[in-house]
Amino acid sequence: MRYISEFRDKEISQKLSKRIFQVVQNYDDEIGLMEVCGTHTNTIFRSGIMSLLPYNISHLSGPGCPVCVTPNHYLDQAISYSRLPDVIIASFGDMIRVPGSTSSLEKEKGRGGDIRVVYSPLESVEFAKKNPGKKVVFLGVGFETTAPLVASTIITCREEGLSNLFVLSGHKLIPPAMMALLESKEVKIDGFICPGHVSTIIGKKPYQPLVDNFGIPSVIIGFEPLDLLEGFWMLARQIANREKPKVEIQYKRVVREEGNRRALTLMNEVFEVGDSEWRGLGIVPDSGLFIRDKYSDFDADKNIDVEVEPTREHPGCSCGEVLRGVKKPPECKLFKKVCTPENPIGPCMVSSEGTCAAYYKYGEMIMNLRGRRVN
Amino acid sequence: MKLIQIKGDKGIVELSGVKKEVSLKLLEEFKIDDYLIIHAGFAIERLNEEEAMKTLKIWQEMDRS
Repeated sequence: MRYISEFRDKEISQKLSKRIFQVVQNYDDEIGLMEVCGTHTNTIFRSGIMSLLPYNISHLSGPGCPVCVTPNHYLDQAISYSRLPDVIIASFGDMIRVPGSTSSLEKEKGRGGDIRVVYSPLESVEFAKKNPGKKVVFLGVGFETTAPLVASTIITCREEGLSNLFVLSGHKLIPPAMMALLESKEVKIDGFICPGHVSTIIGKKPYQPLVDNFGIPSVIIGFEPLDLLEGFWMLARQIANREKPKVEIQYKRVVREEGNRRALTLMNEVFEVGDSEWRGLGIVPDSGLFIRDKYSDFDADKNIDVEVEPTREHPGCSCGEVLRGVKKPPECKLFKKVCTPENPIGPCMVSSEGTCAAYYKYGEMIMNLRGRRVN
Repeated sequence: MKLIQIKGDKGIVELSGVKKEVSLKLLEEFKIDDYLIIHAGFAIERLNEEEAMKTLKIWQEMDRS
């Protein structure tokens, strides 16, 4: 038992599929389900589970890829830091290739910038220790899953008396973005596939306003194909049976109702909530995490002065609309023509969690895998 | 990944022979043989084996018809 292959069983997937068909058999309206997590985007496409769903259930990807929702200004600031001779940039890999207004970290690396890809923020602590004469800037990008790790890293630096590690916080909270999407009424969302790992940290409660204020069924779902199928069934059941909308947890083997209290405590110790800019969504109230004054000596923004170029967006790039679920990648005029994984114009094509990258990789299959008719 | 060694607030986890060091600072409790959910060098939660077995059992007993 390793708790992986058991959640990919073909026979069970067919049984779960059958259940979904049964629950919607007398429900003819379209059921639009949105996920807000890059790993969900990937699993849904890679596993081909859409072929096991009825035709009236459709899947939309929302603003769930952390690199994708990071606005150009953040990238431009990171690029400016990378041009300073005494700065080492430490970043998760996806960020490196994302184009900013006029450059990218990858280009700056080619020009001699000291830019290092890390798997964990803890690696940046090692860089800081080994390079006492340099300032290490860690690019803190990610949702509630990542922010506690960065908080823990900052606390470690404080405990160890390290003074040359700084974090440029671009951390964001997912539930406010989900609410912003519902408020905009731009896309029809009938149910939310809530992200499994974000929910591991935050638990069930932050999604309650989706139900209370908007009446949208929301289910926290795991990442294996069977998890997703069961989650689709739970959402379809709430919608088709016209049950009172609620937040449910499908991913019970990992997510606790109250979340991970220790991680939340660390996150709240270091960060405070404020308004934040998202690519595609603009400023979303109370959706960003900013380093508290108490830890401001680790805040890159407050300690390293740098001039940042005026923001420019690529005029043809539809990343913003893709992130809102308003456009599917093939509807972007750059998709596959000028914008490819080798030469990405927008972040949704760069990141493996990006919707455009998933469509590029699995595109033909996705188009052919539209769900089947009931009966 | 399975926790096979604990060294203070760090642990060694293993999956199919691949071993990795992770921080255990975000966990309130842990013990050897726990399955841990890992994200960017940190264990973010322990897998609840009882719940996992419950889910699998429900699926296995699900009616085929």
